[in-house]
Amino acid sequence: MYGWEFPPHNSGGLGIACYGLAKGLVQEGVDLSFVLPRKYPVSQTGAHMLFADESNPFDGEEAELFASGYINEERLKFLRGQYPELQYGPSLYDEVLRYAALSPLVALRSRPDVIHAHDWLCYPAGIAAKRATGAPLVVHVHATEFDRAGFNQTNPINDIERRGMHEADHILTVSEYTKNIIVNYYDVDPNKVTVVYNGIDSDDKVVVSALEGDMKRLKDAGWGIVLFVGRLTMQKGPDYFLEAAKKVLSRRPQTLFVIAGSGDMERQIIDRAAFLGIGDKVIFTGFKRDKELGRLYQVADLMVMPSVSEPFGLVPLEALLNGTPVIVSKQSGVAEVLRNALKVDFWDIDEMANKIASVLEHPSLRETLATEGGREVRAQAWSKVAQRCMMVYKKLVKSLLHV
Amino acid sequence: MSAICFYFQVHQPRRIKRYQFFDIGTDHEYFNDAAELDTNNARVLRKVANKSYLPANAVLLENLRYHPEFKVAFSISGIALEQFEEYAPEVIESFQRLVDTGRVEILSETYYHSLSFLESPDEFREQVRMHAQKVKELFGVKPTVFRNTELIYRNDIAEMVADMGYLGMLAEGADHLLDWRKPTFVYHAKNDPTFKLLLKHYKLSDDIAFRFSNKGWEEWPLTAGKFAKWVDAHNGDGHVINLFMDYETFGEHQWEDTGIFNFLRAMPAEVLKHPDNSFVTPTEAFSTYGSVGEIDAPNYVSWADMERDLSAWMSNSIQHDALRAFFELESVVKKSGDPSVLRDWRRLSTSDHFYYMCTKWFQDGDVHAYFNPYESPYEAFIAYMNVLNDLRLRAHTGPDKKRSVWESVSYKARGVLQAIKS
Repeated sequence: MYGWEFPPHNSGGLGIACYGLAKGLVQEGVDLSFVLPRKYPVSQTGAHMLFADESNPFDGEEAELFASGYINEERLKFLRGQYPELQYGPSLYDEVLRYAALSPLVALRSRPDVIHAHDWLCYPAGIAAKRATGAPLVVHVHATEFDRAGFNQTNPINDIERRGMHEADHILTVSEYTKNIIVNYYDVDPNKVTVVYNGIDSDDKVVVSALEGDMKRLKDAGWGIVLFVGRLTMQKGPDYFLEAAKKVLSRRPQTLFVIAGSGDMERQIIDRAAFLGIGDKVIFTGFKRDKELGRLYQVADLMVMPSVSEPFGLVPLEALLNGTPVIVSKQSGVAEVLRNALKVDFWDIDEMANKIASVLEHPSLRETLATEGGREVRAQAWSKVAQRCMMVYKKLVKSLLHV
Repeated sequence: MSAICFYFQVHQPRRIKRYQFFDIGTDHEYFNDAAELDTNNARVLRKVANKSYLPANAVLLENLRYHPEFKVAFSISGIALEQFEEYAPEVIESFQRLVDTGRVEILSETYYHSLSFLESPDEFREQVRMHAQKVKELFGVKPTVFRNTELIYRNDIAEMVADMGYLGMLAEGADHLLDWRKPTFVYHAKNDPTFKLLLKHYKLSDDIAFRFSNKGWEEWPLTAGKFAKWVDAHNGDGHVINLFMDYETFGEHQWEDTGIFNFLRAMPAEVLKHPDNSFVTPTEAFSTYGSVGEIDAPNYVSWADMERDLSAWMSNSIQHDALRAFFELESVVKKSGDPSVLRDWRRLSTSDHFYYMCTKWFQDGDVHAYFNPYESPYEAFIAYMNVLNDLRLRAHTGPDKKRSVWESVSYKARGVLQAIKS
């Protein structure tokens, strides 16, 4: 299995999903070798961890900076300036291709029955491994360039994605929503696509102590707290969140909107909040994880994920696991699996505000959404996701034997 | 000797439109969804009228003409009747033709098909009176047998209804009420041998209402002849077979292409082939057969789901909260003296509003097992509570004079006025 990032040094959902799936597969008895591009300390799952390049080990902080496939060229230039001693390729693509060049060696050593590669960053590595070993290739689509940037034919990432999907023997997508995108925009045969929703494990719940200090006083005084968790990029829809906040505040001034995340739209969002005259009711916490994020979930009356295009969206599952009810956009994969969530079109500000206000207004609604949603989420273990993947592996191996 | 007692429930709620938090205080029309949605009441009424009520009534009228022995009973909620008047008056006429045969009994119920009995006996009795008046007005008959919303029954409900002068009422033939006894006899209420009960034969009723088109059922396809044989088998085993079901079974739940109308058309002749079989209405059954025993129901029993209890309407927190908020408003609404506020409050007493908030089935992945015009139980709750909050504002501010005048003219007059305006 080829991944790009892994906890604890992940920058986004891809690392978490890889970690969960690896753990689930091992639990289900799969002999799993998990490959990462470079060496750095990772969380244990029971899988054999392999590193394509062992010669340039990272320490934690650097790994984190490197990890994300979502960094842009500018960020990469910055990183290269920061760490000249590391042999970064001249671009992110070069890193991806370097990974691919080193991949056959690892593959030949571990003799896989099936190769499984996550997202475009690992597709070239997966293809190279397939060529070297003859094992069938499964590519796992967690996100597409279509979600991040809209469709742009000349984008080289598109070409890598397209090639990965077409060379794959089978494709897994994290939702029907994503399946539709790859069928419609990447000309993929729908018959070779299986939807495998992401999972979450109950032990991923963050345990935090009771509410303290100012937050408790605010809550006792009747303030409602609404949470946004995600990168501040166009794809995540923070601007829609703000417009809905404005509308809610017009009727319910005792409400705080907490934005946890950073990204290229941060400046713009702060300015917009000021322009709307709600700057004092919108709090920016920056990127939060683990305990701090857990505390935010516990404080919040609800979490909103207004994504414009979201292949899956793990954050609502985390929120529910921590007892916080959620509103999710209908343009997300998680909306397909989660029944006990409120759902809105990301552009429907009025309805988003209506639902936010209603949850704040009615404790019974909050409670029912949290209880029923929590129950639902606890049933979505990664081991179940792993079982779905294994069914696909078995079919591929069998068809290979029959040829 | 087996007498079939057919009873059909006809009911349509006034579904609340997608009423948002920000509409509170500005929009006082709750039930006027005009979009292509299942909360558009006019649209639903016309659809169900054409698919179910009109064709089913035509079949029944035919049966009544061919078979002088054939009889059925209906209960038609007041809120359904007034919507027929507004959106599909031909349905009223077709029911009138049935009642005019003299062999179709109309039962009593609460006008709004409500859960008013839960907290407010006064409101319950008032709604029963309103319904009786409406039935008298449209059909010229006075109901003598009562059936409560969704066949919900408990000892104290029977007591209230007996006090109002009814002969008896209908209830679910739930196993835990009957124990070893059979539903094919007339029973009476606890401590009141004069107040009689008919209990639904759920096995045979559900064979028609739920299993009729189920191809996985070993008895599929169900023909009228086969059904008549099952009825024959009850000979010597009781007096009356109570087949109680939603009237929408015919054409709406079971579509025409399942053969449900042909089944209904052929059934009387097949049943009457056996000389000992007959048909009765509830009032006739009560006057013909004596009670064989007492039914004690200290807890609520309904005809809903496997549980046969109230959990479809009051199990989760949002349902309890909505019911609490609804009943809390009663005194304010009644003190306001505004008839349109009272009328809208009563429209919110209809059981369906709470049913749509049920998350019970939602958990099993069995989302399609029941019908909900809202995207989820939560949407139903949000719209309901927003409307209730607007109603509270109206009740506190008192009657809006201009509005009341408009409300006081009939829907027909309103149509004419609208036509003149445009």
